[in-house]
Amino acid sequence: MPGVGRVAVSSPVVIRLEHVTKLYKTSTRPALDGVSVTIDRGEFVFLIGPSGSGKSTFLRLLLREDVPTKGDIYVSDLNVAKLPRRRVPRLRQRIGCVFQDFRLLTNKTVGGNVAFALEVIGKSQSTVRKVVPEVLDLVGLAGKADRMPHELSGGEQQRVAIARAFVNRPLVLLADEPTGNLDPDTSQDIMLLLERINRTGTTVLMATHDHSIVDSMRRRVVELDMGQVVRDESRGVYGVGR
Amino acid sequence: MRTDFVAREVFTGLRRNVTMTIAMVLTTAISLGLVGTGLLAVRTIDRTEQLYSDRVEVQVALTSDVSAADTDCAQAVCTALRSKLEALPQVESVRYENQQQAYERYLQLFKGQALADLVRPQSLPSTLRVRLNDQETGAQAVRQATTGQVGVRNVIDQREVVARLFDFLGGVRDVTFGLAVVQAIAALLLISNTVQVSAFTRRTEVGVMRLVGATRWYTQLPFLIEAVVTGVVGALIAVGGLVVGKFLFIDQLLSGIVSNGVVPPVEVADIIWVSPILVMIGAAIASVTGYATLRLYVRL
Ligand SMILES: Nc1ncnc2c1ncn2[C@@H]1O[C@H](COP(=O)(O)OP(=O)(O)O)[C@@H](O)[C@H]1O
Ligand SMILES: [Mg+2]
Repeated sequence: MPGVGRVAVSSPVVIRLEHVTKLYKTSTRPALDGVSVTIDRGEFVFLIGPSGSGKSTFLRLLLREDVPTKGDIYVSDLNVAKLPRRRVPRLRQRIGCVFQDFRLLTNKTVGGNVAFALEVIGKSQSTVRKVVPEVLDLVGLAGKADRMPHELSGGEQQRVAIARAFVNRPLVLLADEPTGNLDPDTSQDIMLLLERINRTGTTVLMATHDHSIVDSMRRRVVELDMGQVVRDESRGVYGVGR
Repeated sequence: MRTDFVAREVFTGLRRNVTMTIAMVLTTAISLGLVGTGLLAVRTIDRTEQLYSDRVEVQVALTSDVSAADTDCAQAVCTALRSKLEALPQVESVRYENQQQAYERYLQLFKGQALADLVRPQSLPSTLRVRLNDQETGAQAVRQATTGQVGVRNVIDQREVVARLFDFLGGVRDVTFGLAVVQAIAALLLISNTVQVSAFTRRTEVGVMRLVGATRWYTQLPFLIEAVVTGVVGALIAVGGLVVGKFLFIDQLLSGIVSNGVVPPVEVADIIWVSPILVMIGAAIASVTGYATLRLYVRL
C-alpha cells in the first residue's frame, strides 16, 4: 500500500478509509462493505462500478454528508467521522466538489456563482476580485463572467462548477459522474480540464461509469461492486465484463 | 464575517417573500402594540397609586350644626374628636377643613361646570381630614373611633372610590396582555413558518454554502437576521401605533378624568419609555423563534 511505512512528517496520504462500512437505515445490504483505500497527494483516481455499487456513498462519507456505520475515514489530518459538527466546514473547505447536475445558482452570473463560494467562507472582496477571473481563465471561461448559467452549454456550466470547486484551491477535488450529462466530446474537454487541475497538485477522485474515459486516461482505478472494493490498480482500464 | 454579503442575503430573502414578510410584520406589530398598551396601563396604575397614596385621606364629615358654628375647630365637640383621632397610632395627621375652604375646593374642582353654581358654602360639611400612616388598618380604626360620636355625620374613605378605578385599569391591563399573548402566538407561528419557507426557497444556495464549507454563521445568520428585522420593524410600527392611539383615542377617552386630576395623563414620554422594551421583546421573540425553527425543522 502506498504511504505505509513512511514517517508522517508531511504525509503524502490525503484520503484514507479503513474498513469502512455504511449501512443505510432503510436497506438491508450495506452501501459500502469493509472498504479500505488510501489515496496519496496528487493522485488521479477513478472510482468505478455499476449503478448502486456505492460510489456516491463513498464521496458523501468523505464530505461528511453522512457518517460511516463502522470504520475510520481520514482526509489529510482530519478524522472525518469523529469531526465535531463545528469543524465540518473546515473539512469541506479543503475539498472541492462537482456533480452530474452542476448545482449552479440560476439567479447568479457565472462570476457570481464562483464568487459566492468565496464570499460564504468569508474571503475579502479584494481576494474575490483577484481570484475569480484567474480561475475562470483557468477553466476556459475568460470573458464569460457576466453570463447567466442558462446562457451556457452543459459543458460550460460544468466548467463553472469546476471553477467554483477549485477557486479556494482545495486539497482534493471530488467529482461524482461529472460527465454524466455531457456528450463524449464535451466529456473529453472536461477530462482535460480535470487533468490540468490535477497537474497543479490537487488530488482528483472521480466517480464514473464511463468506460471510454477511464480507458483513454489510464489512471488508477478503484472498482466497487456491491459496496466492496473488487479491484485497485494503477493505470487501469474499465475492464468490460470483468 | 462579510457583513455586506449577509446584508444582501437578508434583503433578497425579505423581498422574495414580500407578502409573508408583511403579514409577519403586521402580526408582530399588533401583538407588540397590545403589549405596549398593557405596559402603559401598568404605568398609569402605578402613577395613579402614587398620586393617591399622597392624597388619599379618610374624611370625617361633621354634622351641619357643628359645621356652621365652628370655623377653626376651636369648640369642644370638634377638639374632642380631633384629639381622639390624633391619639390613634395609625394616624399621621389631622387637618380641619371648614365650610368656606370646602366650598373653595369644590369650586376649583368643578370650575366652569354648571354644578359649581348650585352649591352654597352652607350645604357643605366641615371635615376632619385624617391622613394615615397605615393604609391597611387606619381607615377601620378611624371609623370605629368616630362612628356614632356626637357631631359626626359620616365617614368617607376615599380609597373605596379609588379601588374601583384601579379595578377598571387592572381589567384593561389584563385584557390587553391576554390579547397580546394570543397575538404573540400568531406572530410566533408566522415567524416560524416564514423561516421554513425562506429556508426552502433558498435550499440550493444553502446546499452550495454547506458544500463549500460555509460556517453556520453564514448559512443561518441571514434567516435569523431576517426574523429579527421583521420583529424590530413590527415593534417600531407598534410604537407608531401607540403614539397615534394616544392622540386619537386615549386622550379623548380619558380627557375628563385626566383634567380633574383623577388619573395622570399618558404622555409621549411614556411611549418613549415603552418603545425600547417593545423593540427588545420583538427582537428576542423573533430571534428565539427563528433559532428554534432552524434547529428543529430545518436541516441546514
Ligand atoms: N440516502 C440513502 N438511503 C438509503 N439507501 C441509500 C441512500 N443512498 C444510497 N442508498 C443505497 O446505497 C447503495 C449505493 O448507492 P450509491 O452510493 O448511490 O451508489 P452509486 O453512486 O454507485 O450508484 C444503493 O443500493 C442505494 O440504493
Ligand atoms: Mg451515484
